[in-house]
Amino acid sequence: MAQAPGRPDARSLVIAGKTAAADGVAVLTLARPSGRRLPDWTPGAHLDLVLPGGLTRQYSLCGDRWDAYRYRVAVLREPAGRGGSGYVHAQLHVGDLIGWGGPRNGFPLVPSQAYLFIAGGIGITPLLPMIAQADLLDADWTLLYAGRSLASMAFLDELSGYGDRVRLTPGDAGGRLDLNPWLGAPRPGVKVYCCGPSRLLDAVAGICAGWPRYSLRTERFEPRAAASNAGDAAFEVELRRSGAQVTVAPGVSVLDAARRAGATVLSSCERGVCGTCETAVVAGRPDHRDSLLDDDERSRGDCMYICVSRAAAGSRLVLDL
Amino acid sequence: MTIASSHPDPPTPPALPAPHTRTVPASDSDPFSRAVIEDPSALHAELRDAGPVVYLTRYDTYALARYDDVQAALVNWQQFPSGYGVGLSNFRYERPWRPPSLLLESDPPRHDAPRRLLAKILGPRALRRLREQWFTDAERLVDELLAGASAGGEVELDAVPALAEAFPLRVFPDAVGLGQAGREHLLPYGDHAFNAFGPGNDLVAQGAPRVAELSAWVGAQCEREALAPVGFGADIWAAADRGEITPQQAPLIVRSLLTAGVDTTVHGLGAVLWALAANPTQWRLLKAQPELARTAFDEAVRLESPVQTFFRTADGDVPIGGALIPDGKKILMFLSAANRDPRRWPDPDAFDLTRDPSGHVGFGMGLHQCVGQHIARLEGEALLTALARRVESIELTAPPRRHPNNTLRALASLPLRLRLAR
Repeated sequence: MAQAPGRPDARSLVIAGKTAAADGVAVLTLARPSGRRLPDWTPGAHLDLVLPGGLTRQYSLCGDRWDAYRYRVAVLREPAGRGGSGYVHAQLHVGDLIGWGGPRNGFPLVPSQAYLFIAGGIGITPLLPMIAQADLLDADWTLLYAGRSLASMAFLDELSGYGDRVRLTPGDAGGRLDLNPWLGAPRPGVKVYCCGPSRLLDAVAGICAGWPRYSLRTERFEPRAAASNAGDAAFEVELRRSGAQVTVAPGVSVLDAARRAGATVLSSCERGVCGTCETAVVAGRPDHRDSLLDDDERSRGDCMYICVSRAAAGSRLVLDL
Repeated sequence: MTIASSHPDPPTPPALPAPHTRTVPASDSDPFSRAVIEDPSALHAELRDAGPVVYLTRYDTYALARYDDVQAALVNWQQFPSGYGVGLSNFRYERPWRPPSLLLESDPPRHDAPRRLLAKILGPRALRRLREQWFTDAERLVDELLAGASAGGEVELDAVPALAEAFPLRVFPDAVGLGQAGREHLLPYGDHAFNAFGPGNDLVAQGAPRVAELSAWVGAQCEREALAPVGFGADIWAAADRGEITPQQAPLIVRSLLTAGVDTTVHGLGAVLWALAANPTQWRLLKAQPELARTAFDEAVRLESPVQTFFRTADGDVPIGGALIPDGKKILMFLSAANRDPRRWPDPDAFDLTRDPSGHVGFGMGLHQCVGQHIARLEGEALLTALARRVESIELTAPPRRHPNNTLRALASLPLRLRLAR
């Protein structure tokens, strides 16, 4: 991927490392090309990675948030997928640049004295930093981790230090994850966090139906039908109040382009975190790259944070500026 | 890794390592003296010019006054945690005067859930439902103040009580869902809390006799039963019902709104009103382009920095600008000096609505950046828009008077003459 002109640092991350964490699981380390700090994140957060061909894929952050300079994600190769994971596995190399958005967190860890974490396969990724945090806070926690085989289960080395708090169920060893001993009777005060294939989530949700409300929190690993992004192509923006037509070049933020065209816009963090530059969208479809809007808010498309967000492929934005 | 120390029984301090006074310039100035509080600009310039870090001998603290260094320290929660307090008092060794804030005096991971919640409740999208009401409230307040004067006439008033205090006190407690009784306690409580970030000087001593009474009132307002069924307070308790925070956290999160949400905005409004009165060209610019109201408020926050300073504590020996801050030492970040650093801002002492004040650190920056900043901006925008609509000119009728506070840049009095449009 060629380096975009303008300010590539804000738009791209560089692949700083790529290793295999298990059969079919690639672990990427990402950093700013300039080496500057990355936006903060919390356990459960994901990164939007902008892949060639208009794909945006979400990957849970599974590194150490005390390291402000590197993100880590793990990507499972999915032969039946739409090409995102295949691209990451086969074509993305150390030193390449990749577009990104976020981090965002729709799966936050809530405070509790006790947690039951349930991971299926690559669903371990968002739970990994949660576990580190629960352990740091001396919470009472257990991880049930199921996978096809030990060889396919990522991060076993990092989990080995937790002793019998971690229960592994590799399917090829004849194991079957028996949820009933853990979930059969409601345990008030225990928060259940589950991530993995739909089959597992449905089973857990079924058993937890009798638990107190809000005990169970889940994240589905299914690509949502997001507006296809424009990658880092140029796009057109109209500033409604002045009528100015602005071409936003690759590597230039809408914020900077609007300012150059004479618009007055306050901003603060310029990382899509603080919300100061919120701008109403009059027409067009934004490609959201911020850390603020949840999926519902994004699908409404009525506002955007122009310090980081861009236009969806083929869309011309009209902004209330 | 740092977890905020728990409340009871702090350990005694270890033998302190010798400060790095050989590589770091030292100053025996007192940033909390009455003279500096009255006019800090000379000290700010001295600190900025002395180097990226200056050792303050009186307080065994390292001062940062340049924009780049203040900004970098603000975002670096990993090495400069807040859990040991964001005032001079070091919670590693000293007992806090009240249970520490779950927002301001807290670090990840404990900081996460309270911050996430308030960011949502006080976020720009959530505030849309207040916008119209607050603009109406601002127009009403201005209409009331101008009621005695006819077109082209004049009204003289003290803008501190009449505008800067009156407007936040009219809209914010209602938005939180506070009862009517006792609201007069909000300003003195906030004033004391911000004094208490400084050293135990006469300003803290003056507030001390009322601490128990004010704290008890504030504490009582944070309980669920005391709060209206609709409002930020109720939103916080509803989140406890959903398990997003614990029920024990809810009252302390409400307390954060009451501590940090009133005085700060009052002084931000005071700052922008003074700046507009003192700069008629800028007032005319605002009259001509009322959409500059947001810029005007932020430019005043940059220029005056209602919150002047905050402390952090070094976790491990932390390098800054060629110097090393020893583990456990306090750093003092001069937001105010950073916001007027000529290395960052052309003509930094000018109040200029044609400048872009974006990136100022008046609201802080990073993980602990003011979570109520959108509320403050909305209040500022509403009040300035209402004034610009009805008032032709604003001028000072007497020199403004400062209200001394260890942390806040505050006014006691701002005598203004407002001339109405014809």
